[in-house]
Amino acid sequence: MKARIKVTLKNGVLDPQGKAIQHALGALGFDGVEGVRQGKFIEVELAETDRAKAEAALDEMCRQLLANTVIENYAIELDEK
Amino acid sequence: MKSAVIVFPGSNRERDMLNALEMISGTRPAAVWHADSELPDVDLVVVPGGFSYGDYLRTGAIAARAHIMPAVAKAAERGVRVLGVCNGFQILCETGLLPGVLMRNADLKFVCREVMLETANADTDFTRKYAQGQVWRCPVAHGEGNYFADEATIERLEGEGRVGLRYAKGDNPNGSINDIAGILNERGNVFGMMPHPENMIEELNGCTDGRALFESVLEAVA
Repeated sequence: MKARIKVTLKNGVLDPQGKAIQHALGALGFDGVEGVRQGKFIEVELAETDRAKAEAALDEMCRQLLANTVIENYAIELDEK
Repeated sequence: MKSAVIVFPGSNRERDMLNALEMISGTRPAAVWHADSELPDVDLVVVPGGFSYGDYLRTGAIAARAHIMPAVAKAAERGVRVLGVCNGFQILCETGLLPGVLMRNADLKFVCREVMLETANADTDFTRKYAQGQVWRCPVAHGEGNYFADEATIERLEGEGRVGLRYAKGDNPNGSINDIAGILNERGNVFGMMPHPENMIEELNGCTDGRALFESVLEAVA
C-alpha cells in the first residue's frame, strides 16, 4: 500500500521560505500572489494490506517522526489498491 | 565532574566540547557514539553542535530518535544535567526533553558571528557563575535558531524563570521569540542554547566568557 503524506506549517507559524518564494514570484511578474506556504510531501510504501492498520501506523509515524506537531499539521492519503 | 559528549554522524563541534570540558573539569569526558544504548555514569551529558544526519527532515529530527537518546532521557529523569548546544538544542527539543522548536532564521540566512548574550536567570545550574543580567560575548553559527513555542509555553517559560539566556537587546541573530537564546526544562537540569560557549574558553579565542557556563555546572554537581 502506498501513502502520501503532506506536512504543512500550522496557521500562524511564520514561514520565511514561503515569503521568499512569494517575493520571487512577484519578481518574475506573477501579480496577485497573495500568499505562499511551503510544506513537505512524503511517500511511504507499506507492506501492510489492512487499511485500518496502515492508517493507524501512518498516524503514529507522523506523530513520532514525520511531523513536528508543535509547528506542523499532517494529512495522510492512502491509495485504494 | 564526569561528563559524556554524544556524537552523531554529522556532529562537528564535539571536539571543541570535549576540549572545553576537559580544560574546565580536569577530567577527559567520554565520547559516546549515537548507536550505543548505554551511557557511562556521569554528572553531565552534552549533545554538541553540528549537522547531525545532514539536517534531513528537520534539524535534529533523526538524531532525536537515535539509539542513545532513550538513555539520555533516562539520565535526565534521574536528575543528571543535560546540556544541548546549537544542533544539540535542536535535538533536545525534538526529543521532547525541552519544549518548543528551533525554526529557520527569520531572515533565512545562516548566521556565523559573535553576539552579546544576557544572563536572564543567574539562578540555574548552567548560569550561576554569571551575574544576573550580565552581558557576555559568545559566537553563534546556525541557520535554524529561531526559537518558537505556543503562547502558553512561552508564558510558562518566562513565568518560571526558565529562560536562562537571551540575546542582548538589538542583537537577536535569528528572530527568536522574546530574544530567547537558551531555556531550561521544568526541573532545571536540562538546558539548551544556540550559542557556542565551548568556543569562548581559551585566551587564544580572544575571550573566555564561555567558561562560566561550564564552571556553573561544575559547581552545581560538586
